[in-house]
Amino acid sequence: MQKIGVFVCWCGSNIAATVDVAAVVEALKKQPGVVYATDYQYMCSASGQNLIKDAIKEYGLTGVVVCSCSPRMHEATFRKTVQAAGLNPYMLEIANIREQCSWIHKDIKEGTEKAIILGAAAIAKVQLNAPLYSQTSPVVKRALVIGGGIAGIQTALDIADAGFEVDIVEKKPTIGGKMSQLDKTFPTLDCAACILTPKMVDAGAHEKINLYTYCEVEKVEGFVGNFSVTIKQKPRYIDATKCTGCGACVEKCPSKKTPNEFNMGLDNRTAIYIPFAQAVPKLAVIDKDACIHFKNGKCGLCVRTCEAGAINYDQTEEFITREYGAIVVATGFNQIKPTNFDEYLYNQSKDVVTSLEFERIMNAAGPTKGHLVRPSNGKQPKNIVFVQCVGSRGTSCRDKSYCSKICCMYTAKHAMLVKDHHPEIDVTVFYIDVRTPGKNFDEFYRRAVEQYGVHYIKGMVGKVEEADGTLKVQASDLLDNRQILMDADMVVLAAAIEPDPTARSIATMLTASMDTNDFFTEAHAKLRPVESPTAGIFLSGVCQGPKDIPETVAQASAAAAKVIGLLAKDHLLCNACVAHSDETLCNGCSQCANVCAYGAITYEDRLVMDKGVRETRRVAVVNEAICQGCGACTVTCPSGAMDLRGFANNQIMAEVDAICK
Amino acid sequence: MQVNEIEKKEYTPLIVAFCCNWCSYAGADLAGSSRLNYPANVKIIRVPCSCRVNPLFILRAFQRGADGVIMCGCHPGDCHYSTGNYYARRRMTLLFSMLDYLGIERARTRVEWVSAAEGAKFAAVMNEFAETINRLGENRKLRDLRCEK
Repeated sequence: MQKIGVFVCWCGSNIAATVDVAAVVEALKKQPGVVYATDYQYMCSASGQNLIKDAIKEYGLTGVVVCSCSPRMHEATFRKTVQAAGLNPYMLEIANIREQCSWIHKDIKEGTEKAIILGAAAIAKVQLNAPLYSQTSPVVKRALVIGGGIAGIQTALDIADAGFEVDIVEKKPTIGGKMSQLDKTFPTLDCAACILTPKMVDAGAHEKINLYTYCEVEKVEGFVGNFSVTIKQKPRYIDATKCTGCGACVEKCPSKKTPNEFNMGLDNRTAIYIPFAQAVPKLAVIDKDACIHFKNGKCGLCVRTCEAGAINYDQTEEFITREYGAIVVATGFNQIKPTNFDEYLYNQSKDVVTSLEFERIMNAAGPTKGHLVRPSNGKQPKNIVFVQCVGSRGTSCRDKSYCSKICCMYTAKHAMLVKDHHPEIDVTVFYIDVRTPGKNFDEFYRRAVEQYGVHYIKGMVGKVEEADGTLKVQASDLLDNRQILMDADMVVLAAAIEPDPTARSIATMLTASMDTNDFFTEAHAKLRPVESPTAGIFLSGVCQGPKDIPETVAQASAAAAKVIGLLAKDHLLCNACVAHSDETLCNGCSQCANVCAYGAITYEDRLVMDKGVRETRRVAVVNEAICQGCGACTVTCPSGAMDLRGFANNQIMAEVDAICK
Repeated sequence: MQVNEIEKKEYTPLIVAFCCNWCSYAGADLAGSSRLNYPANVKIIRVPCSCRVNPLFILRAFQRGADGVIMCGCHPGDCHYSTGNYYARRRMTLLFSMLDYLGIERARTRVEWVSAAEGAKFAAVMNEFAETINRLGENRKLRDLRCEK
């Protein structure tokens, strides 16, 4: 029989308000095996932890039950506490009487009764706990960053500067991401290219950084410290070692009708192309779908033009498998195409554009060379209307429920840039709320209103119509309580941003969880914002939630710091709650190995003593460094030989019994 | 009227919920930190993965007097251990068909996929399940009277 100590936490009033803590202590004292029980205001505080340590020594406790918040919160804390007092850290169980009791029940009697039952279940379980010991596993000192936007680049640079090797996998032919498409950045109006391209060059030239561009993650195996990742290199049809990026092939290519992704389809590109002038790596790539050679076997102009002899039509997909200690997700975002927002006429009128398209129009390297002209007729607009929250903060099925966060600020930026170049253009912004939390953000917005004379009108646009070569915008002014009908030469839609569509499949490969909007979930919303709940997977940038550039860079460096902390270790402690097989019961049927997702189970011939008979038998053996402790094998085992440490059959049965008493 | 009220007060069903550590248990925590109420007679047992839930645990709960048992795991495709919830799903299908055969009401057992971000779903599922069990009344068929005091 264990000598169990029970420690009931008040959590200030969080628990004590709906659970009669003293009554819980009294009731749990009567449970079998309990030799000591007490309560304290904050059990996780230093004095609370000392209370546990002192009790372990004074009463010679062999098992500890803490009735407090969720084990997902403080299990690690209290394991350290009991370990410091000389107990095995796994001789601790936590009864979750906060998240799953006091916070959801209002009636003190109900809460107290439930807390007692949850405490009794934890006591019944700890009775059957046994000391557990962790194996160690080595750490591969290389990191993988998925996504080569500003988030991925910053994370990779920080990890590489600390002396660890980093690979960046980018699905596009160049790194740079969305930031490379931007013209200026808020709130300082410095040019995006001027601050991004040096970082792209640094990443491309860094001796510790390896770029896998035009590549995709195909498969992920393993676990923290020992991931094995298969990367698919899509064929560029260009020999990367020979191409100099001179662009002669691009000039000669006769297939010129493919919408240019970099310019949001506002102009066309050739079938062989370099994404943009500052691309890293600066290599040409052939778009197989548009290339005349791949259609009819003819043409071949690029082959004849290329002096380096870099064109290779025979390239095929290649698969590279590498080992990593940590993986950073930096998959970024896309702006939604507002094609199902018919009221804004996005599908019908060329002069209705999204803000990212407008960004390209304003960009000196864009389709209009930075001249602000209407896409429909190439003339300068006289008045521009900006519509906020298109697809954000809505409740209908075409809307995102969240705020896209960056739109208020980039619209203020766009409005100022327009006014800067052409003070005579009338700029109107229709908004629901203007949200400017951030350093120098509100000052920036006020400059747009006060200094540049941008009209901000609180109200939504109901309808945009096209008549006589101009757009008619119908809107409501909520503050003046009147309807507005105004002319506009261009309408710019601040369409919502959403996670990149590849993020979902990457999350599945990494077994990292996502929320209902397909943003990656962090391990703790406040205290562990750059870690995924899956060990060894870290989050950087918009893949975790909408962010502007300063926040993205800050989070990218934070993720890098976490990775460096992990890679700096030579060995990691493995999960101690792993499966093990009872040799005397195992008949070597292989069913457990069949369901094991990690290949942790092998078979060995062992000399087994069974009912006084010695015989050699084929039995299952669990590699404890590989086992992740899911327990699939324990339920599959027909002879009951397989069990899971820490969540053993008899322990869970004891919990069931205690709850059902 | 009065008789009904007395009966109602006497009977509070007992519900055991098996929740996987990575999704559903975290979803329950989120329901808690969001202060979303569900009945106190729902008692949660934490397991590493839904595939750790041996059908015997569920039978044991019924044997010891539980009136409803619910198993929650990560959404299919989102399992922290890649494939665990697929095994769980198959095992539960088999168990449920056996319970059908024994004449146990199907509604007493339930499988739900609740992610770590779905605190509201967790609370809604528990409220709905508790209501169902309330309607069904006591589990008498599988209860082992020898286990009672």
